[in-house]
Amino acid sequence: MSPKFFSQLDQFDQASCDCGPSCCPGAAKKAADLVESRPFDAPWVTGRLNSEAGEIPVVATKLSFRDRAGHWRVRWGVRRMSFAVPPGLYAVGSPDARSPVFVSANYKFSFDLLRASLDGLNGWILVLDTQGINVWCAAGKATFGTDELVRRLESAKLSRVVSHRTVILPQLGASNVAAHEVLKRSKFRVVYGPVRAADIRPFMDAGMRATPEMRRVRFGLRDRAVLAPEELAGVFSRKVVLVLLAVWLAGVLGVRFLRFDGPAVLGAILVGAVLVPVLLPWIPGRAFAWKGWLLGLFFAGGMIVLRGFPPAGIRGWAAALSYLLILPAVSAFLGMGFTGSSTFTSLSGVIKEMKIAVPLMALSGILGIAATVAAVVL
Amino acid sequence: MSMRYLDNVVTLRFDPDKCPGCGKCAEVCPHGIFEMDGRRARLVDRDLCIECGACMRNCPFEAISVRPGVGCAWAILISAWKGKPAPACD
Repeated sequence: MSPKFFSQLDQFDQASCDCGPSCCPGAAKKAADLVESRPFDAPWVTGRLNSEAGEIPVVATKLSFRDRAGHWRVRWGVRRMSFAVPPGLYAVGSPDARSPVFVSANYKFSFDLLRASLDGLNGWILVLDTQGINVWCAAGKATFGTDELVRRLESAKLSRVVSHRTVILPQLGASNVAAHEVLKRSKFRVVYGPVRAADIRPFMDAGMRATPEMRRVRFGLRDRAVLAPEELAGVFSRKVVLVLLAVWLAGVLGVRFLRFDGPAVLGAILVGAVLVPVLLPWIPGRAFAWKGWLLGLFFAGGMIVLRGFPPAGIRGWAAALSYLLILPAVSAFLGMGFTGSSTFTSLSGVIKEMKIAVPLMALSGILGIAATVAAVVL
Repeated sequence: MSMRYLDNVVTLRFDPDKCPGCGKCAEVCPHGIFEMDGRRARLVDRDLCIECGACMRNCPFEAISVRPGVGCAWAILISAWKGKPAPACD
């Protein structure tokens, strides 16, 4: 890593998470493609409603097989950039001028969870243009923000549709929405709803009051486990698969230096991308790279035993050494990558962790490759 | 079992003297690090802060400051690789 890399680490004053294998998908369609279209023929639209602001699509509150298949698809990282809903106003049930207004990102996953959780209620959904990105990530990169909300309230002509001046936002949108500014600019009062759409019913039943429990992000076993496919899809991007295939082929065709233990490397990847997320709270230590390294070390030890212990001759020892240097570094790197998917890391913390971990991982990798070469030539 | 990240790293600063106790910070924080203590907010557990910026953005009295960002190693790596000033990738 160049010194430039580290000097840059200090210069970030705002990180936005629209990258990575798993944290947040990139921008979907350009805003202009979606803005004016009203999706009356979308499969999740069940009818239309006349209002002072024109015709408004009524959406289904039961998710179809097709909706769920779509969710499964994006979990595996397939075409997740094209999973957007046209921004604008939608109706749920048979709302009137006094019905509550819920604000959503236009990532279809978020939108689907919201409409499903409104089953049995009458209300409105105002979809902001977040370029197909979920609320949390969109707030991080300012697409789900004060400006877009004020603009959308205006363009959807909400004040002609409802008689009250209150909109309910997902709490996680708060990192880029300033409630007092929205009030000043649009005369609409922002109420922050619960973090999870599933808590909206009890929130509404309690007179728009959230319990402390509803205000916390959680990161339970289930939350972590569903991220594993995205982690893997991120690792095995097309480029990576092609490079691995090429190296493997070269090894098979007789380039001795390039012969590597495929199952061991694959195992180290699974340790970092699946086992670390799943076992996260139980692995000792705080830094994610450390957690990955620790599990990777156990895995490397296991592989050495599996391949025959004690190793045969100096070649065997060099190979064992290469396992210890390369496999934990791979797991550590992918474990570190999970910081973006977790819900409790901070930019300052990740920068601190990377400053220590990245040079160590690079060093370990280089020495490991040297040991691999030694195992072949000695 | 621990869902805590590193200690003593976050940039969050809270000035209780500017706080009239509106309670907005306690409402928006996804980790519950602010609590209302009578007429004032109180920082309960600063190390749980993830620097999302919600409290600062929603404090009308500018009593809170933090460098907002996302704790994502990929974002940091990719933008450093591209030589961009802020972690973003497209």
